[in-house]
Amino acid sequence: MFPESFQVHVAPAVNRFINDLIAAYAPVFDSISAGILSFLLTVSEILVFIPWWGYILAVGLLSWYSSKKFVASIVLAALPFLIGMFGLWAMALESLSIIITAVLMALIIGLPVGVLMAEVRIIATILRPILDGMQTMPSFVYLIPAMMLFGLGRVPAVLATLIYALPPVIRLTALGLNQVPKPVEEAALAYGATRWQLIKEVRLPLAMPSILAGVNQTTMMALAMVVISSMIGARGLGQEVLLSINRIDIGRGFEAGISVVFLAIVIDRLTQNMAKRWEPPKR
Amino acid sequence: METPSEAIVIRDLWKIYSRKKDLRISSSDVENEERVEELDKGEDAVVAMKNVSLSVNRGETFIIMGLSGSGKSTLIRCLIRLVEPTSGEIIVNGENVTMMHKRELVDFRREKIAMVFQHYGLLPHRTVLDNVCFGLKLRGEEKEARRAKGVEALEQVGLKGWEKYYPASLSGGMRQRVGIARALVMDASILLMDEPFSGLDPLIRRELQDEMIRLQKEMHKTIFFVTHDLSEALRMGDRMAIMKKGEIVQVGSPDEVIASPADEYVAKFVQDERDQVQRAEQVLAREHTRKEAEAHVS
Repeated sequence: MFPESFQVHVAPAVNRFINDLIAAYAPVFDSISAGILSFLLTVSEILVFIPWWGYILAVGLLSWYSSKKFVASIVLAALPFLIGMFGLWAMALESLSIIITAVLMALIIGLPVGVLMAEVRIIATILRPILDGMQTMPSFVYLIPAMMLFGLGRVPAVLATLIYALPPVIRLTALGLNQVPKPVEEAALAYGATRWQLIKEVRLPLAMPSILAGVNQTTMMALAMVVISSMIGARGLGQEVLLSINRIDIGRGFEAGISVVFLAIVIDRLTQNMAKRWEPPKR
Repeated sequence: METPSEAIVIRDLWKIYSRKKDLRISSSDVENEERVEELDKGEDAVVAMKNVSLSVNRGETFIIMGLSGSGKSTLIRCLIRLVEPTSGEIIVNGENVTMMHKRELVDFRREKIAMVFQHYGLLPHRTVLDNVCFGLKLRGEEKEARRAKGVEALEQVGLKGWEKYYPASLSGGMRQRVGIARALVMDASILLMDEPFSGLDPLIRRELQDEMIRLQKEMHKTIFFVTHDLSEALRMGDRMAIMKKGEIVQVGSPDEVIASPADEYVAKFVQDERDQVQRAEQVLAREHTRKEAEAHVS
C-alpha cells in the first residue's frame, strides 16, 4: 500500500476555497444566477409558446431545406412526434431549454475566445491545457461546485453543461481559423486587408464548416450533460431516466432514454446539414 | 527625390530568416560581414537575400529569374512587406516602403500596387466577380461601382459570363485569369507577378503570356515579374535580373543576358535557349537548302 505518511490532501483547501468564495461573493453569484435564470425562462417561454405541430413542421422543413432528402426529412420530423407519443413532450422541452441556453452561452463565450486563441499565441498556450482539463474531467465533478455556488435546479445545470460543452466551440473555432490556406491569406494581405478585415472577410468564412462542427459537438455534449445534471435537480428527460433507475422501471427508462436519443439525432442532423451548406460551393 | 522615370528602387536589401525563436536578427548583423557568413553557414538562420540593389523603370516589364530557393519570392514579397526585410530600402513611386507605418502600408497596398500569385489565392466561398472586386471592397468602394469595374475587368481577361461561378468550377488557367482581373481592377500603376503561370500547362501558359503582352500594350504598367522559366522571361521581359543564392548575378536586357552571360551559372541557365536557337537555325537552314535544291531541279 501507498505509505500513509506521504498523503497530502487538497480537499480541505478546495473546500475552504469554495466556502470563502461563497461567503465573499454571494451577491455576485446570486446576480449571475438570476441573469441565467431569466434567460432560461425566456427561452423556455418561447419553446412552450410554439405549438407541438410547429416543431414537427419546423424539423421537417428545415431538414428538407438543408438536405433536399424527402424520406430522411419525414423520418426526422417523426422523431419529435414519437417523443410526444411517449408522453414526454413537456420533459423534452424542459431539457431543450437547458440545452439551448447552455449552447447559446457557449457560443457567445466560445467564438470570441476561439478567435483570440487563433490570433494570440500566448492565449493558446495558456488555454490548451485548461480546455484539455475541462474536457477530460469526469462530467459529474462539475456538478459539485455548480451546485454549491448556484444551489439546486436548472441554473447550476446550465452552468455545468456550459463548462462541459464550451471546449469544442473554442477548439474548433481556433482550428478552423488556423487551417485557412496560406496563399489565400497572403493574397488578402497583399490587397491591403487589415487584421480585422482578414478575420471577417477571409478567415471566419473559410473556418465556418469547422466552427459549425464545433457547434454540433457542443450541442451533443450539452445533451449528454443534461441527463447527468438531473442529479442536481434539473427537470427534463434526465429526471425521467434517473427516476426509472431508482425504481428499476426498465420500460419507463427505455422511453425516456430513447427520447434523448431522438432529440440528439434531430439536433445532430439539423446542425450537420447547416454545416454542409457553409462549405465552399463546388460550382 | 527620385527621378520620376524609376518606379521601383531597391537599395542594399537583405533578408535573413531566423529559424530559432530567440534569435533576433537586425540590420546591425548585416553590416558585419563575418556575422553574415557565420549565419549563412549555421543552421539557425537562412540568408535569403544578400545586398540586393535594383531599379525598375516606369512602364517596363522587369523579370526576376532564378531557381527555386534563390530568393526571388522573398524579394517580391518584400516590395509590399508581406515579408519584412532585415535591412535596406525600398522606394516605390518615390515613397519609402520600408519606413511605412502599419496604416500607411495598408493604404499603399490598397492603392499603389496589385499582385498576382502562383497559387491564385482566390476565395473559395466567393463568386468569380466577388473575387475580382475583393481589393476594391477592402478599399471601401461602393458595391455598384466595384461591380461595374469587376465586370469590365473580367471582360478584359476573356471571362465574360463567368461572374456567378465559384473558383472551384474553373480550370487553373481560368483561375489565374481571375487572379489577373483582380489585379487589373485595382488600376494600380505597378503589377507584381509571382510565378503567375508556373503551375499551368504549356499551351495555357503561352496563351496567358500572350494575353499579358497584349494587355500590357494597352496599359503600360510597371510589371515586376518573377519566374524560373527562361523562355517566359525572354518573351515577356524588357529587362531581367538573374538571382542566385540570394544575390543578383546579372541585370540586363534578355538579348544581353543570352549573348554575354555574366558567369557560369547564368551561362548554364541560357544554354538550353541557345541550343534551341541553334537547332532552330540548323533546321531552317536545312529546309532552306532543300527548297533551293527543289527549285533548282524543277
